[in-house]
Amino acid sequence: MGQYVVRRVLLLIPVLLAVYTLTFILFQLTPGGPWDKEKPLTKQAIQYLNAKYGLDRPVYVQYFSYLENVVTKFDLGPSYKQTSRTVTEIIGQYFPFSIVLGFTAMGFAILIGVPLGIISALRHNTLVDQIAMFLAVIGVSVPTFVIGPILIFLISLELGLLPTGGAPTGSALQLLEPRNWQYLVMPAFTLSLLPLAWLARYTRAAMLEVIRMDYIRTARAKGLMEQVVIARHALKNALIPVVTVAGVLLAEILVGSFYVEFVFNWPGIGRYFVTSVSNRDYPVLMGTTLLFAGLVAVMNLIVDLVYAYLDPRIRYS
Amino acid sequence: MAQTTTTTGAVARPAPAAVVERPSASLWRDAWRRLRRNRGALAGLGFVLFLIFVAIFADVLAPYSYTAQNVTIANQGPSTAHWMGTDQLGRDQLTRLMRGARISLSVAVTAQLLIILIGVPVGAIAGYFGGRVDTLLMRFVDVMYSFPDLLLIIIVMTALRAATAQKDAGPIISLLAQADSLFAGLLGVFISLALISWLTVARLVRGQILSLKNKEFVEAARALGASHVRIIRQHLIPNVLAVIIVAATFGIPRAIIVEAALSFIGLGAQPPEASWGVMILAGYNALRSYPHELIFPALAVSLTVLAFNFFGDGLRDAFDPWMKK
Repeated sequence: MGQYVVRRVLLLIPVLLAVYTLTFILFQLTPGGPWDKEKPLTKQAIQYLNAKYGLDRPVYVQYFSYLENVVTKFDLGPSYKQTSRTVTEIIGQYFPFSIVLGFTAMGFAILIGVPLGIISALRHNTLVDQIAMFLAVIGVSVPTFVIGPILIFLISLELGLLPTGGAPTGSALQLLEPRNWQYLVMPAFTLSLLPLAWLARYTRAAMLEVIRMDYIRTARAKGLMEQVVIARHALKNALIPVVTVAGVLLAEILVGSFYVEFVFNWPGIGRYFVTSVSNRDYPVLMGTTLLFAGLVAVMNLIVDLVYAYLDPRIRYS
Repeated sequence: MAQTTTTTGAVARPAPAAVVERPSASLWRDAWRRLRRNRGALAGLGFVLFLIFVAIFADVLAPYSYTAQNVTIANQGPSTAHWMGTDQLGRDQLTRLMRGARISLSVAVTAQLLIILIGVPVGAIAGYFGGRVDTLLMRFVDVMYSFPDLLLIIIVMTALRAATAQKDAGPIISLLAQADSLFAGLLGVFISLALISWLTVARLVRGQILSLKNKEFVEAARALGASHVRIIRQHLIPNVLAVIIVAATFGIPRAIIVEAALSFIGLGAQPPEASWGVMILAGYNALRSYPHELIFPALAVSLTVLAFNFFGDGLRDAFDPWMKK
């Protein structure tokens, strides 16, 4: 097991490096500075600004110096738009909100999706199963930026139950207080719909397969109660493939947060990313991309390791 | 087979010239029969065909022009003159939805074709030749996989937009810009979509080929002296078709969503083009006062994607015996 872990962790480095290179290349191909949108500047001003931000150095120098900054000092550069702040500061302000949103969404997805999948499998082909799977297809198909506004319309505008969006200003820790949960509910639920649907489908499929296995028959033949059979024998094995899906889902939640944050005006890094696109705030875009891609790579690694731990057959392949 | 019994129970001789008739057993017909039994899939297929029809004949069917503005009737709800109401510039929504159908479908289908053109050969080569070629290609695929796809698409689109908006651009950029305007500003969408999604297809094809490679008919072909290219083209690809078709059917709704998503954040189709994503954004902004501007495009996207997914599910189940490992 140890060897497998070491191998996989070492593999992470070239992946991250490749991600960095790819992102760097893409941003180098994007011409024009961030000051194109504002008043036209004199050539000298542009030259000065380029020198100040180090954009006049040869490309490979920029590549290595930026990489060095990121790795040793976690310095992702200054923001072009909010000139008095660094990218790290900006990410530090907005990212906690995204984390809270993401975790809540994943929580919803697991707490609702997995039981739904189990019940569907146990009540295979009944009305419950068919309704659940129909809802799952909708969850997988309809995108978040469609469901979000519709939910806003139904729940906030028509029924007036929850606010249309936003979040308390200041620290993200405020979200832990129950009175602020009203802001969290709809965005988190919207974000959770896709992973929820996936989890429901996967759990159901895995459960259906496991139930037909011989060891389940044995357990039943031994006279164990159905609940015990399910809980102690079927569930553990059914959850293994679900774990593999979890990694993909976390990545989906990460990227899905862009749209949910945008639609619900949630002060997270996803919404900031979207606005940076039109602001051409490249350091923020670059920094956020690196952050996200790095997170996804790490999460995939963790999921693979957990999967190898759960299923011994993987480690030795 | 053609034996008959007379009323006395005696067995008569079969007529020598009788031709034995039985239903065709080709795999395609078998798959079609299985598909027919799946009502959800058929409903999906019906809607998809309807959508294709609307997309092709949008100009003829539409009651108005999709750019015709009439600000005096702006923001009206559904009425007899405008079945789906008007938007904030007084344009007929039904017309714009039809136009959006054409954009969504053409983007999705074109992108899928590109994806298949790239993904299938790569996957086939990786699967067939195996060894180092395979490892190299799959490592490359793994690295690209760890990049969140929407992120990559947004970055590529941003880069392309900025590059083509430059005033003093080099020759390659101007060529790109011209191609871009040919596609109503959607060239970047095609490219970025294709860049991400060919990976899945490549993997699927490789998996199928790996399982087929060692079957007897391939050995037989090689024993007869068939070249590698011939084996891949004549023997392996047709058997992989089922996987390719299913992947394409699921890829299309994904492409539609990505196009709408890009347009929603302003990176896709540009106004006055009537992409569904653009309409959803406008509807979202007008949500408080004129909800119909959101509901109709939202329904359009949802129903389309649902239809493709139901059809794709049914297709996958219909092809199931082919894809069993």
